[in-house]
Amino acid sequence: MSVAALPETQGLLEALIAGQLPDARGRFGPFGGRYVPETLIPPLERLARGVREHLHAREFQAELAAQLTSWVGRPTALTHAARLSGRWGAQLWLKREDLAHTGAHKINNAIGQALLARRLGARRIVAETGAGQHGVASAAACARLGLPCTVYMGAVDMERQAPNVGRMRLLGATVVPVTSGDRTLRAAIDEALRDWVSDPLGTYYLLGSVVGPHPYPYLVRELQAVIGREARAQMLAATGRLPDAVIACVGGGSNSIGAFHAFLADGAVEIIGVEAGGRSPKLGDNAATVAYGRPGVLHGTYSMLLQDADGQVQETHSVSAGLDYPGVGPEHALLAAIGRVRYETASDAESLAGVRALSEYEGILPAIESAHALAAAERWARAHPGGTVLVCLSGRGDKDMPTLQQTLLAAPAS
Amino acid sequence: MKAHERITSAIRGAAAGGEPALVAYLTAGFPQRADFAAHLEAIAGAADVVEIGVPFTDPMADGVTIQRASLAALAQGVTLKWILAEVARLEDLRTPLLLMSYLNPLLAFGVSELAESAARAGISGFIVPDLPLDESHELQAALAAEGIALVQMVTPVTEPQRLAALCAGSQGFVYAVTMTGTTGRNVAVPDEVIAYLERVRASSPLPVCAGFGIRSRAQVERLRGHVDGVVVGSALVEVLERGEDPARWLRELRGR
Repeated sequence: MSVAALPETQGLLEALIAGQLPDARGRFGPFGGRYVPETLIPPLERLARGVREHLHAREFQAELAAQLTSWVGRPTALTHAARLSGRWGAQLWLKREDLAHTGAHKINNAIGQALLARRLGARRIVAETGAGQHGVASAAACARLGLPCTVYMGAVDMERQAPNVGRMRLLGATVVPVTSGDRTLRAAIDEALRDWVSDPLGTYYLLGSVVGPHPYPYLVRELQAVIGREARAQMLAATGRLPDAVIACVGGGSNSIGAFHAFLADGAVEIIGVEAGGRSPKLGDNAATVAYGRPGVLHGTYSMLLQDADGQVQETHSVSAGLDYPGVGPEHALLAAIGRVRYETASDAESLAGVRALSEYEGILPAIESAHALAAAERWARAHPGGTVLVCLSGRGDKDMPTLQQTLLAAPAS
Repeated sequence: MKAHERITSAIRGAAAGGEPALVAYLTAGFPQRADFAAHLEAIAGAADVVEIGVPFTDPMADGVTIQRASLAALAQGVTLKWILAEVARLEDLRTPLLLMSYLNPLLAFGVSELAESAARAGISGFIVPDLPLDESHELQAALAAEGIALVQMVTPVTEPQRLAALCAGSQGFVYAVTMTGTTGRNVAVPDEVIAYLERVRASSPLPVCAGFGIRSRAQVERLRGHVDGVVVGSALVEVLERGEDPARWLRELRGR
């Protein structure tokens, strides 16, 4: 979809900034909504009521803030990447979500939703996971609050993110391998939805990204927006000004929405989302939904989607399990359509090079997901010498060791 | 008679004798694409209404049987276009046909063209499990222009006010999901389900058909008198998968 397809571009951006989107029907302009079996309407209505009642209430916010400070470890640091800045020619700053408890931004959402679930009287939690980060975060949050937790994970992902499977089990979660469909994140979401349909009122579905039916894209954004709020204030404190560009990776799109939201009103700040370019631009070789997809409905939301001409959802490829998803959050579809965020891709190889660069020059092993943003940051830095760029470093790379053993560590050192 | 009225009338006519009408589901092109027309004719001969499943990669309201059938059909190149062409070739099918499809294949086909193509193929109605009433206006209006039904589903957890709206907004019949869960699981029919079905019937100007988890004559007998029809899906798909005669199985379900 092009910008021209949305004549009210400025109006939609203003509405988004003013907090008027999603609207009452869960729409971000044309995107979003609620496309689910009738069985899920009552629990989604109940969740929407719960979100309206509690999410911004003082009591809930105090409870959440206490957990974020004392258990998650917020605010996370802002780090100046001095050596890479020297090499790339622009000042590189990192928002260190890899330092959040359990090693990624996912915990911001997991603890927030688990608190909400407890308030709504849920008996058990189900969650899906791709890279395992959301599964680990959900397992940890449920352990913290004493809620039973079941995590669905694709069999392919269980293999490539084996360390996280063990972590989830140690944290008391039941991990269910998903052997249907493409055996990655998308199949795991299908299975988690099936579980929820079986017990819609007793089970709480703790969705891990800004995807799915309303109110999830809104709820998850609100819980992740802390990233951008902190980062914006930290950049002002550290440099006295806003960055010229903010960059984050986009799979479903939760760390990026969280990082971007506070900067949407700062017209001078360029915002760049980086999708998984995989092996090539060919359908099936990547997970770059905004770049190569068309509008469609998957997992309850109308957004951009990697699909064939008959509306069948395509299998995706990315070296990073966390970005390996054929859809994207509806708010990203809107931000792309109105041109406020530019979406680029980084290939598997460029992202692995980003892992190596940050490890060798800054002593930080990033998640391969986050390294997609680093690859785009290097491109931006080389094109804007002397500029300042903020990257959301969404997670740490320890979980990627099996993949890194087969890639960076298998190749002779450069 | 409009297409949606043909569905209503077929169910009412069949149920007039006291036995629930039989709404039978098959996934188009499963197990073998080449057998689709023959299976459809056999099932149409033994059932009162036929639901033709349009395969989709991510059938989130369906259980493992229909999920497996859908992927197998897709692997053989089954598309909505192909299904409509196959159905259009079959003349003299007096049994009303519905398409059961997730929304995305319909969006990809194009909602404006869909109604006309479906009408040309002799389709009387649609069931779209991931399109709630609140989002269905555009499709419903397009189908209504051709007299085609958009069947609404109700569930045991549907609140009374919404139940009334769904029953009022449905055409053809009201599809009463008998349990919360995905399709294909055997279920004893407890008293509260009977009470729920009676509630739906009291709200609905249209016939009420119960579905999800129906696979035995005993269940049909238990539902007799409380519903106008029963929907059989996964169990029939398994019959086809085993290479058995679908018509004979449907007759047994009717107790004939």
